[in-house]
Amino acid sequence: MSCTVIAFGELHGIFAWLHELPVSIGLPDSVQAVVMYAALGVTVFSVLSLFALFLVWWERKIAAHIQQRFGPMRVGWHGWYQTVMDALKLLQKEDIRIETRDKVVFFWAPVVCFVAAFLAYVVMPFGKGLIVADLNIGILYIMAVTTFTVIALLMAGWGSNNKYALLGGMRSAAQVVSYEIPMVVSLLTIIIYVGSLSMVDIVESQSGWFFNWFIFRVPFGPIAFVTYIIAAIAEANRTPFDIPEAEQELVAGYNIEYSGMKFAMFFLAEFVNMFTVSAIAATVFLGGWNGPFLPSWVWFMGKTLTVVLLLMLVRWTYPRLRVDQLMEFAWKFLVPVTFANLILAGVLKYLGYWE
Amino acid sequence: MEAYEPGIVFWILAAVILLSGMLVVTLRNIFHCALALILCLSAVAGLYVLLEAEFLAAAQVLIYVGAVAILIVFTVMLTTDLGSSKKFPLNQNSTVAFVVCTLLAIGVPYLINITGVWPKPKGESFPDNVGAIGKYLMTDFMLPFEVVSVVLLAALIGAIVLARKERS
Repeated sequence: MSCTVIAFGELHGIFAWLHELPVSIGLPDSVQAVVMYAALGVTVFSVLSLFALFLVWWERKIAAHIQQRFGPMRVGWHGWYQTVMDALKLLQKEDIRIETRDKVVFFWAPVVCFVAAFLAYVVMPFGKGLIVADLNIGILYIMAVTTFTVIALLMAGWGSNNKYALLGGMRSAAQVVSYEIPMVVSLLTIIIYVGSLSMVDIVESQSGWFFNWFIFRVPFGPIAFVTYIIAAIAEANRTPFDIPEAEQELVAGYNIEYSGMKFAMFFLAEFVNMFTVSAIAATVFLGGWNGPFLPSWVWFMGKTLTVVLLLMLVRWTYPRLRVDQLMEFAWKFLVPVTFANLILAGVLKYLGYWE
Repeated sequence: MEAYEPGIVFWILAAVILLSGMLVVTLRNIFHCALALILCLSAVAGLYVLLEAEFLAAAQVLIYVGAVAILIVFTVMLTTDLGSSKKFPLNQNSTVAFVVCTLLAIGVPYLINITGVWPKPKGESFPDNVGAIGKYLMTDFMLPFEVVSVVLLAALIGAIVLARKERS
């Protein structure tokens, strides 16, 4: 079997090649699947880690420019490899472990957080044919595995044996559990339309020009998109919903006692989570990989990064909500609005609005 | 009837489920017990994946890990007086729990086994088990589904009533 030449626009060649790799080097049948998925996993993991590093730099630049500063400028052109250096620095730093920590829980919290952040990418359609596994429960799978992040934050809060960390962990759990409901219900409106949970089916039903994207195509699309973005910001623990790590109240929240590589794992996981919620928004509402002229993965990345940019602009221009305001907003505004939207979607589906 | 031959993945998952289940009842620190419960429930979701019931697996993680287990962890945190280490809720009955759970773990499979050989799956697979479950819920099992919804609604309203009383 020949090695596929990877040209611009044929990025799915890499995935095809990875799928063929175990066969081409003549491994026994029982090992083939293991090697194939390991290779796919390493590829996706490396690309995402690099993206997370890029996002950290991007966020710092955007924040700086909004506040009329320059941000990182000295390491490379406009400081472009500043975060690479920061990551290397964190790797070398001493791993400070406080005496009173809960040893097992303290050690496993960053691991669970890091793994949970990457689990969602099993079903993420990066482009046409660029998907690790097209599960038929696609989007439900993402919703399920992201709940492990909450467990990790609670573990970090508890294991640190620090009241700020514990408060941060508990606030985060309460917030994520509350905002999960409007998030899932906003996505449900589109799932009702498509009639499938598979990410590939959702993207393929939006093929064509931009007016086929669900944000423009259906009357409940824009409402669902806005409620999804609000809930997604809360899920990613970002301002204006960043009470789990509100610096002025909790110093740093759940990760206060972590240093060195363990802190870096929490930090990177946070940016991977932000990329995840943006990628879901791009896939479900903005047509995923669909688009003219350019290769599919360029469209996917472009749309995802646009949503990321939106999240960053929101973060640096709005103040933080108070704890009670945050809960009231979720339960008294977002939940009723998303449910009304869901009923609208159901009624329109029953009446055969789009047939 | 032919006996069902499980593969290596099944045995790994079964070992994880049994060990973490034992840890849930024997560990002294209640918070550790709750985390062991999460591991146990996640491994059960793995068993569902093995049985090609992906929807059930996702629902298991979403509801048991994402809601029930988090609620348990939350309760442990709220009922703990963090200021004093003396009042820390410790598991006092681990010996009794260990004996009871060991008896259950051996007894229940034994009782099931003497009723007959486990049937092998018929070879039918449901590639679209989400759609199948949805259809059954809306046709054959409509009444149980609605009854469960009413029960949950009653619990929801009950919780609100209790929470409101406390405040006034």
